[in-house]
Amino acid sequence: MFDDFFTRALIAGMGIAIVTGPLGCLVIWRRLSFFGDTLSHSALLGVTLAYAFSINISLSVFIISGTVALLLLSLQKRTKLAGDSLLGLLAHSTLAIGLVLIGFLSSIRFDLMGLLFGDILAVTVEDIFIIWFGGFIILGILFYIWKSIFAATVNYDLAAAEGMKPDVSNFIFTLLLAGVIAISIKMIGALLITGLLLIPAASARSLSSNPFQMVMLSILVGIASVIIGLFSSLEFNTASGPSIIVTALALFILSLIPFKRNRALQK
Amino acid sequence: MTQNKLLVKLENAGVYKSPKWLVRGISFEINQGQIVTLIGPNGSGKTTTAKMILNIMNADEGMVSGNANKMAYVPQKINIDWTMPLRVIDFMKITSSLTNTQITESLTMTGVDKLLYNQIHSLSGGEFQRVLIARAIAKKPDLLVLDEPVQGVDYNGEIALYNLIKKISVTLNCGILLISHDMHFVMSTTDHVICLNGHICCSGTPSSVVKNPEYIKLFGEHNSETLSYYQHHHDHSHDNDGSVSH
Repeated sequence: MFDDFFTRALIAGMGIAIVTGPLGCLVIWRRLSFFGDTLSHSALLGVTLAYAFSINISLSVFIISGTVALLLLSLQKRTKLAGDSLLGLLAHSTLAIGLVLIGFLSSIRFDLMGLLFGDILAVTVEDIFIIWFGGFIILGILFYIWKSIFAATVNYDLAAAEGMKPDVSNFIFTLLLAGVIAISIKMIGALLITGLLLIPAASARSLSSNPFQMVMLSILVGIASVIIGLFSSLEFNTASGPSIIVTALALFILSLIPFKRNRALQK
Repeated sequence: MTQNKLLVKLENAGVYKSPKWLVRGISFEINQGQIVTLIGPNGSGKTTTAKMILNIMNADEGMVSGNANKMAYVPQKINIDWTMPLRVIDFMKITSSLTNTQITESLTMTGVDKLLYNQIHSLSGGEFQRVLIARAIAKKPDLLVLDEPVQGVDYNGEIALYNLIKKISVTLNCGILLISHDMHFVMSTTDHVICLNGHICCSGTPSSVVKNPEYIKLFGEHNSETLSYYQHHHDHSHDNDGSVSH
């Protein structure tokens, strides 16, 4: 059944959506969307290095994004720059370094559009394995640290005072974010991964009344975005990543409608 | 009188944050069943001292030792991002696994059991403070740290909250560290008062602290009158008529 490129893309995409659901909720709650952007922009550098040294793309992206994330954490304590300036600095310089390096690697043919916006044709059986196996590990670790990371998201001091070790879980969460970018870069593309993290979770927000609901709904919205997005990508011959994100946006707009109706009824 | 269990002990503890010491030379202890109050002006290091006790901050000199099994914290400021849907019942469980009975019990104790399924964002200031306190006491801590628990609460609400804190101390037989920047109601329920201004200015029983020249220098004459006013005030019982109206 993996023979068909479209089936492969569907299976891979759904695997990604299951992982981006809970992580996306945390990104929204912790207001880390720009942080996610920085990590995914730096992922392009990871892809370039993967080609240059012929290593696995996901592994290379994970190493680069993870390094950038840790660099950011340590720089934040040392510089006088505001967090967002620091993020912008790292996001654009890593993106630029990646693009410059691509210029040097003229012997290798690059599909730059594919790297930036995702490529439906590029998903191999190996990729599916990486996505589902990697995703399973990411979700497993997330499940394990959930209580701590959630408490730290509500209030850092409270979590620290009551023995939840928020620093440890913050650190692990950052690496998980690098991990999800690593497994989804090929499919969604460096510029649009944050969209898949944010938009399904944002759609879920207006429909849910507790954190668990929001996580579950953002997984569902993510899966729906992938399925509808990929089918329309096939139908209209559009790039897979953007098609998925546009679908997610459409679902987000839909999610706002019943929300207002509920409010009106409550009053 | 039997010696109650020592919960936490600070010996000459201090926290340095470039370029100055936030607090220095802090020594005191909190025992089981005791209410210790930290008072002092803004920036005097009250919250820093509390954070040392709670292991949120490390002491850069001196020692903080303790054998409290469970510590619970009611922070001064807590801003729950509106992007997170959170009901009172979810908030109660963020640091410990509690049964529904435990949750209802402690919400009943602080008088907000009806709010169990309400969104945190929809609560009033006073309700939220009560939920914060309920969350902290639900797992029956042996040391409870309350950082300005009455802020944003009106006059009647303030009296009710201090009575509640006294009740918690008796019911749970835990040690309580209470932080306040004003003297209004703190004194009568407290066993030991520590007056802080980067260092310990003076400490002792409420009535001795209030006569201390260091205290008067820091807070001015009128605050010692507030105490006498309060002691008088407290001789009468309060009814709740007209309370918590904005």
